[in-house]
Amino acid sequence: MSEVLGGARIGVITFPGTLDDRDAARAVRLAGGQAVSLWHGDADLKNVDAVVLPGGFSYGDYLRAGAISRFAPVMDVLIDAANGGLPVLGICNGFQVLTESHLLPGSMIKNEGLAFLCKEQALIVENADTAWTRNFTAGQQITIPLKNQDGQFVADEKTLDMLEAEGRVVFRYAGENPNGSRRGIAGISNAAGNVVGLMPHPEHAVEAGFGTAAAAGPRAGTDGLAFFTSVLGALVNA
Amino acid sequence: MGRVVVDVMPKPEILDPQGKAVAGALPRLGFTGFLSVRQGKRFELEVDGDVTPEVLAAAREAAERVLSNPIIEDVVSVVDAASLDTVASA
Repeated sequence: MSEVLGGARIGVITFPGTLDDRDAARAVRLAGGQAVSLWHGDADLKNVDAVVLPGGFSYGDYLRAGAISRFAPVMDVLIDAANGGLPVLGICNGFQVLTESHLLPGSMIKNEGLAFLCKEQALIVENADTAWTRNFTAGQQITIPLKNQDGQFVADEKTLDMLEAEGRVVFRYAGENPNGSRRGIAGISNAAGNVVGLMPHPEHAVEAGFGTAAAAGPRAGTDGLAFFTSVLGALVNA
Repeated sequence: MGRVVVDVMPKPEILDPQGKAVAGALPRLGFTGFLSVRQGKRFELEVDGDVTPEVLAAAREAAERVLSNPIIEDVVSVVDAASLDTVASA
């Protein structure tokens, strides 16, 4: 791990019902960063250099997925910081929190097939210029886990056209559309590219032996790691 | 004690997977006359005292800002529960 990257501090927010905060923090550490725990009830980002909103079922997904988390004290300061350029990654439930916060457009509804999906999902990286994807190449296919119930991305046609035209579709499902998401969209960014949200889980594919299926072995895939090295690199070069 | 009833429905252009699943189950139970089902949400907000125009206005704002997501849902009604009871018993 690079010592240069060791100084970057990446915050991971925990809401009541968050599941994947420990995995996200571990991914940050494996990428060479320092993980900083942030609490939903504190309006304090502890001077972190970037923030991950992890997956889970914050507030039990009551009302709508991510809807109640959006009004947590930490979100007020996060929304301001994100609008000021702070890199923010929303994974699964974190993505839903970002759409409910209007940091990202669109919304998620129940999967088309109604089933909770849990599988290894191939994605195409469409935009390799965001803070969280710069260590990929555009058009690259990656495989990371997908596990959710409310994963169907929806937005009106005008918004979808805008996202496509501005290169803000960051990830698209490769092959069959697993959940009915409009235009196969798996992840998007804001206009500046510092805020990225996606339904699949990069933090679960960051260490050989515990990752996704790959040529080197059934759990050898570590395609998720580049999300975290990307942001650390972006911070160093900022 | 007053009560405001807020109804929220998925937008017409948004496919409603839950409603579709319910619609699929009805014929199996012998209910063959229903062409489609859409599933929404009903909220009941209690207040201390009467449902004044101010209370209704606040409920309407809460409905737009929190109880619904305007990207996927419409607030279809925000009414004093007492008015619904009158209709029901009429």
